[in-house]
Amino acid sequence: MCALCGVLGSADHWTDAVARPGVFSRNSDAAERRRERMRRVQSANRVLSFYGLKLRDWQGSAFVLSTVTGKTEIVDHLAHLWVAAEKLIGRACDPLDPALIAELEAKHD
Amino acid sequence: MTDTSALTPVNLITGFLGSGKTTLLQRLLRDPALADTAVLINEFGDVGLDHHLLERIDETMVLLQSGCLCCTIRGELSSAIKNLHSKREGGRIPFFRRLAIESTGLADPFPILSTVHADPVLKHHFRLGNVIATVDAVNGEAQIARQQESARQIAIADRLVVTKTDLADADMLERLIPRIRQLNPSAPLWHAPRDPLDAEHLLSQGVFELSERSEMAQHWFASELKGRWQQDGFTHGSSGLGPIKSLRGADDQRASGSGLTCHADNIHAFSLVFDKPLDWTTFGIWLTMLLNRHGNSILRVKGILNVEGSPTPVAVHGVQHLVHPPVHMAAWSDEDRRSRIVFIVDGLDRALVERSLAAFLPR
Repeated sequence: MCALCGVLGSADHWTDAVARPGVFSRNSDAAERRRERMRRVQSANRVLSFYGLKLRDWQGSAFVLSTVTGKTEIVDHLAHLWVAAEKLIGRACDPLDPALIAELEAKHD
Repeated sequence: MTDTSALTPVNLITGFLGSGKTTLLQRLLRDPALADTAVLINEFGDVGLDHHLLERIDETMVLLQSGCLCCTIRGELSSAIKNLHSKREGGRIPFFRRLAIESTGLADPFPILSTVHADPVLKHHFRLGNVIATVDAVNGEAQIARQQESARQIAIADRLVVTKTDLADADMLERLIPRIRQLNPSAPLWHAPRDPLDAEHLLSQGVFELSERSEMAQHWFASELKGRWQQDGFTHGSSGLGPIKSLRGADDQRASGSGLTCHADNIHAFSLVFDKPLDWTTFGIWLTMLLNRHGNSILRVKGILNVEGSPTPVAVHGVQHLVHPPVHMAAWSDEDRRSRIVFIVDGLDRALVERSLAAFLPR
């Protein structure tokens, strides 16, 4: 098991925390879960557009990540998103990339 | 659904070679409160000795030999814990309520934590407890300077025990403690020979108890909250979330005067503080992306967040690529409702992290 398995090998991703005593979750019911998925898609696409990628919800159970040329990866949850994105575009998706930050800041204006 | 209170806590005792891990464990195991603790010892070398030093050889003590836990025998670690669990369930060994792992002095703690956290079987029976790091008062400064593992062990720890302080002179301690605080500003710290060691506080009251113990989480930030950002100043973010205050490791300046130059100087802590409630979805996307690319450089991230739509604070806690499920705390401990996130990083630029998060978050 590689060191990344702390995230990747886990069935539960921390942002998807299942409801249990004391553990944070906004996914307490089906409708709210669906809305949260839509929020994730919207929020992720704001970043993914920088790389020419687009994320869609797939049946409420997975996500589909696509390039503009139609290359596609199925993504189970957020932990897989950035690994899949890097695989599709063949380079790093770095949130500390000044060019990405500048584009996101420009979207604020 | 897993009830975390039913899971057996696993404590990792780490610290560089000769820093007193076995002595500490020996001392803790004398505490009646830890009588039902199973012990797993990893030694680097052909002949294992540490388990003899503990003066307690029985079926609940396992020795992993001939390799270092963090690189060569992680499968063996997983098997050893499963084996202990299986024997406990079958009544073949005395029932134990806690497992303590003593790693080799050369081990990077993260892969060990990752094994317990992510193993598909172990995670249903065990949970991570506190990581305790021992630091040698006499040799600690040089070890931090020269050995990457030593700095990482300190940075990742939830509890710090400085050993052999009776052998060190005052100057040594005056240089060492700020250096430790640069690497880990908020973990409670004991001087082993002098201070009474409270086994309960050392081994438990970890992150999984945070929902009941908001004061514990506040302690994470205690050192930062004592006016230190007034010394450091703060920068205003452009996210429209209000000021984002940031803080470098409080003891950077003093520590840099130690005269030792090394890779460990890249390890430092800083805090980000947000006045307005955070958008949880965007924060999750940002942190996941950050950990995917820079997880090896983010030794610790821990935060108390004021999340939009949540009346009580949410605690997040991560070690490198591993993030614990966020925990709803019972209540705010005081009137301060700001989100606070502490990063302990190896070489990452604070200003860039801060600017990146501000750019991701919606206005």
